[in-house]
Amino acid sequence: MSTVEIPADMELIYERPKSLTQADTHYCPGCTHGTIHRLVAEVLDELGIREKTIGVAPVGCSVLAYYYFDVDMAEAAHGRAPAMATGLKRVSPDKVVFTYQGDGDLASIGIAEIVYAANRGEMFTTIFVNNAIYGMTGGQMAPTTLPGQVTTSSPTGRDVEMAGFPMRIAELIGGLPGSAYVTRQAVLDVPGIRRTKKAIKLAFQAQLAGLGFSLVEVLSTCNTNWHMGPVEALEWAKEHMVAYFPLGDTKMTDGVKALKGGK
Amino acid sequence: MAKELLEGNAAIAEAAIRAGVEAFFGYPITPQTEVLEHFSKRMPEEGRVFLQAESEVASINMVYGAACTGARVMTSSSSPGVSLMQEGISYIACSEVPVVLTNIMRGGPGLGNVQPAQGDYFQAVKSAGHGDYHMIVLAPANVQEAIDYVVLAFDLAEKYRTVVMIVADGSIGQMMEPAELPPMRPVRPPEERPSWALTGAKGREHNIVTSLYLGAENMEEINLRLQAKLKEIAANEVRWKEYYTEDADVLLVAFGTVGRICQTVVREARAKGIKAGLLRPITLWPFPSARIAELAGQVRGILTVEMNAGQMVDDVRLAVECVCPVRFYGRMGGIVPLPDDILPELEALIAEVSQG
Repeated sequence: MSTVEIPADMELIYERPKSLTQADTHYCPGCTHGTIHRLVAEVLDELGIREKTIGVAPVGCSVLAYYYFDVDMAEAAHGRAPAMATGLKRVSPDKVVFTYQGDGDLASIGIAEIVYAANRGEMFTTIFVNNAIYGMTGGQMAPTTLPGQVTTSSPTGRDVEMAGFPMRIAELIGGLPGSAYVTRQAVLDVPGIRRTKKAIKLAFQAQLAGLGFSLVEVLSTCNTNWHMGPVEALEWAKEHMVAYFPLGDTKMTDGVKALKGGK
Repeated sequence: MAKELLEGNAAIAEAAIRAGVEAFFGYPITPQTEVLEHFSKRMPEEGRVFLQAESEVASINMVYGAACTGARVMTSSSSPGVSLMQEGISYIACSEVPVVLTNIMRGGPGLGNVQPAQGDYFQAVKSAGHGDYHMIVLAPANVQEAIDYVVLAFDLAEKYRTVVMIVADGSIGQMMEPAELPPMRPVRPPEERPSWALTGAKGREHNIVTSLYLGAENMEEINLRLQAKLKEIAANEVRWKEYYTEDADVLLVAFGTVGRICQTVVREARAKGIKAGLLRPITLWPFPSARIAELAGQVRGILTVEMNAGQMVDDVRLAVECVCPVRFYGRMGGIVPLPDDILPELEALIAEVSQG
């Protein structure tokens, strides 16, 4: 990326966050991972914690997130990011630790690790991106795939009699006594993106204040594997995903409430 | 420091504490649970990290995460639990972060039992996790060696940025015998963490710890680097012990618990006029192949004794290259062979080679 000289009579009001590298991402056009990456990076910049943050990338579409966040990063085995983050944070309590995980990674193969990390009240933050499908492997049924939703491994639509029901993670984690702040947001329109950023910021602030485990579930899209255009995918998610995965906080301890109120 | 009466498992944990281990993550499983219990008491006393994980899958990944910061870290388990850790071990090996773990082996396969066994030799030496790599594998035969090799394991793990496994069994882990603990080493201060470690990208490029290399050329390059490192380890770190090999004309090869028992076999054989010797591998990987090959030129035959169906014997045969006969005696399922079981096997080998 070349440097652009700003004319003397103009003010710079929008730029790449310092917490993002200049790498081109591998995400599909229309994918919302880029938006969520940017929100996390803006929050790290605004809180001034880039240089003391350690992230853990998952297995899934965001497996290469460590190239995109300009912070120290580890790449976990599938589903194990919360266990790695536990190890990282326990020996580095002065650092800010986060995991960035998708729905297959967190809600299927890694369900034990996320539940126990949350219930121990580990002092890290999880960004959980729910797009109701396995993206990287090419569109298979995820633990969050909606009833009736067609995927390459549920070709006639998810049959809950056979495959069970989609996992509501924010409710599950929010119900654990160890979690401090758990919320579900969506990056499906501009107001939602703004609310998501606020939630991500509060989650990191809760960690910085030592209040406990925080998780932000972000409803996202996968227009490629949903076989839709990007705009159509946003509309589909608003209509169908939000109905099954209601937006809002599922856990906010008094400490986090006070933190939020103080802003 | 004076010798004390120490239990093997507790001694392993205390040796690690004195070697400056900063964090232990583990899960209870017999016959190694005393390792975890000792850490649970002592780590908080020392102001260090102890965490009982929800599973061995979690504990190996907690160790992986903590090791990414350059901290000295450890986990411990027994056979079925170590099987659960295989995925994590492979990631750690490729990521080149230093980790120490113990396998206090028990009878298998499956749930097996909790008796002493050596059925995990192949897993430890040849097939830890997926992909091309080896762990350094250290095999103590008594409590003192268990202590000494824990300390050595941390140094080797950091020197080569690799995984070091200590393999023992319940007879070493749960036996008490006099042994000497090392002096307490100070924990390395956080500012002395290595340059590759994840410590926050302050005033430098961001560090990445990964085992993902999507391009075939990149992945081969990483493999070549790992193989070069393994070659260096094989050249520098082979360890073994010998008993009465100078004039031996028949050689026993055995490791760990049964290696110790074979010392008695050598003495009893010598009392009968048999010139027996023993080579006891300390590093199961890298294997003391060169020394065994040398001794194969000196002796008339080799008897390998193991507490399994015959695993290390393959490596002995590869080393010997048919220079002399290599025979095997083993017991399985948690049976510990006694000198009286082994001596007749040695005599049968002598009878066989005398006929030729």
